[in-house]
Amino acid sequence: MTDATLGSASSVDTIQSAYMAQVQRRRLYGGITLLLFVALMVSGFNIADARNAGGFWDGIANIGAYPADVLSEAWEKRADLPALIVKYAPALMETINIAAVSTLIGTAGGIILSLLGTRGLARWPRLIPVFRRFSDIMRAVPEIVIALVLIFVLGGGPIPAVIAISIHTAGALAKMFSEVAENADLKPVEGLASTGATWAQRMWLGIIPQVAPNYLSYALLRFEINIRASAILGFVGAGGIGYELRNAMAWGPGRFDEAAAIFVLLFGTIVLFDQISSRYRNRLTEGANA
Amino acid sequence: MTTATMDIAKTQADSLFKRKRIIGFAAPVVVLAYFVYIFFAFDLMGLAQRANWDNAIKLASDSWSHKVHVTRSSRTGEIDYAVEGERKGRYPEGTRPDWVSGEDIVSIDLGGDTIVRLLPDNHTEIDIPGYGLVTAHLEGRQVITNLQEPLPEWINASDRRVGITTPEGRITLTGSKTEVFNYFMGWELFWFTLDSPYHGQSITKILFGAQIDPARSNITGAVSDWWNNAMWRHKDVAWAIGETILMAFLGTMGAAILALPLAFLAAKRFAPFVLLRGATRRVFDFVRGVDALIWTVVLARAFGPGPLTGTLAILITDTGTFGKTFSEALENVDAKQIEGVTSTGAKPLQRYRFAVIPQVVPVLLAQILYFFESNTRSATIIGAITGGGIGLMLTQAIQTQKDWEEVAYYIVLIVLMVMFLDWFSGWLRSRLIGRKD
Repeated sequence: MTDATLGSASSVDTIQSAYMAQVQRRRLYGGITLLLFVALMVSGFNIADARNAGGFWDGIANIGAYPADVLSEAWEKRADLPALIVKYAPALMETINIAAVSTLIGTAGGIILSLLGTRGLARWPRLIPVFRRFSDIMRAVPEIVIALVLIFVLGGGPIPAVIAISIHTAGALAKMFSEVAENADLKPVEGLASTGATWAQRMWLGIIPQVAPNYLSYALLRFEINIRASAILGFVGAGGIGYELRNAMAWGPGRFDEAAAIFVLLFGTIVLFDQISSRYRNRLTEGANA
Repeated sequence: MTTATMDIAKTQADSLFKRKRIIGFAAPVVVLAYFVYIFFAFDLMGLAQRANWDNAIKLASDSWSHKVHVTRSSRTGEIDYAVEGERKGRYPEGTRPDWVSGEDIVSIDLGGDTIVRLLPDNHTEIDIPGYGLVTAHLEGRQVITNLQEPLPEWINASDRRVGITTPEGRITLTGSKTEVFNYFMGWELFWFTLDSPYHGQSITKILFGAQIDPARSNITGAVSDWWNNAMWRHKDVAWAIGETILMAFLGTMGAAILALPLAFLAAKRFAPFVLLRGATRRVFDFVRGVDALIWTVVLARAFGPGPLTGTLAILITDTGTFGKTFSEALENVDAKQIEGVTSTGAKPLQRYRFAVIPQVVPVLLAQILYFFESNTRSATIIGAITGGGIGLMLTQAIQTQKDWEEVAYYIVLIVLMVMFLDWFSGWLRSRLIGRKD
């Protein structure tokens, strides 16, 4: 009896000391990681600061200067603002159209790529890695790269932007879609296969109805992202509201009311589509009642 | 089941089918109508006129080939040899490519029996197999040739300028100079420029052979000449990629650090004041809605172009996104663990540290790592606008419209960089929070 209590007491001691040692070690590792992280952040910030044209501490004092200039001038000319908003509405429409078309094309491409790259569904199972790498590359190319090259060939305008965003969208959606498709029930596919359905029919009738809500929700999220992307591409010459923004910026003071009108339009559009899509996405993922 | 309920079920099923059928037809029709509208709105018909296929061919061939310019000045008669016609690709004094021969009559062998002879007094002879001998000379500012009408499609001649494009190379004659372009496959001078002693040496010779440059050992000399290659600027490219990754890293991590405490203010469970909660959420919505483009434009005014501006633009936009997702994660934490920690007498800060943070860390880390990867792409794009990193080098190379091999090189590097970070962030995530995808 005494032996047992003694034994358990010493084992509790060893457990406790082992536990304490472990805690110490974990704290040490955690501390080292934290220290490394802080060192990385600080040195990184210093490098970025040194390589920037203007320093951080000088800039932070002036950060409000430009918005204040724009706002005060826009406020002085506030009577013109509605007219300017109407003036730039077609450009905004073009930006939204670029986003919408490229989302549609990209979604179609993403669906095909995802089905061809998902285990259990692929038309040619041996080619799965090929399609996956292919969509990885499509996803990795930033839109601006394709857009700039295409602007050189096709001239400025919405088409280069549509192609560039479509390619990136197809790659990005292919990855998300194939994660959804991996969890799809294969029984309908087997049933369809037993009736002699072709691969396209099996996918269209057996898989797509199962995954449609998730696909739609991802596509909506992409649409939201693509509006931002299409505005940015406009800035480098692909037309739409971004192009107008760059021009308005280039004119500088005196035309700040135009810049302000474009800011307002862009901000309003992004927030609007953000709200619509997040509301609709909630409904899609949580059922019609939510 | 009675007949009545059967009937109800049947009409319900019928109407359901009818609705599905209408949607099944209407949705494609709507999409089609939209595309028809876009076809006209984007002026697809006019695209054929706007498109410049010569540019496309130039781009496609230049991106994997290079040319060596042989330029004769009409005034001095001096002949200059330079890769891509650039100063930094010039052959050093007294050297020239081995396909050029002769002293008084300089004969340029373009390959495939196409030979250009630069004769004294600005006379030129071009021997084109299958077409014959073209002779040309200058009279004042005029180019006089023996070309007869009708001219083939690949010759374009006026009395001021004659351009001949053969499969082997291109010859341009103008009043001021005669230029011959000889095309070669591959990227020129990628390792060493012509003024480096290591140019044209094999790897084994550099690694194991006798010392080439008496002042430096072979490996240090070769590495430093490659690193400082003026044509491809490997050093600047490496710095630019570093800057882009730095922008993404600092922006993402800075945003996460800022967003975490703010997310507590925006989460229903942790923020007692409705007003403060609403205000924090509106701030998140606002910085997200303003968008990286506008932030970049505004910040570039205050900080000037460079990586810091890009960092801050990413940081501000992502603070909004992180704030929203973090606060959603915080609202979904399990209350039991908080109660448990509270029962030990923990103060609020300790409660957050030991009951809340451990629960949300996996979600947060997954978010942060995903954004880090996607922000390397954003940093490339923002860099192109605000002037920093590889994005800027790419736009500059595209805007000069001649260094397409450099454009191709940068594109390959960007794709490799993004794919590497995609892999790296996935690897780190699986190490930190277990495999999930």
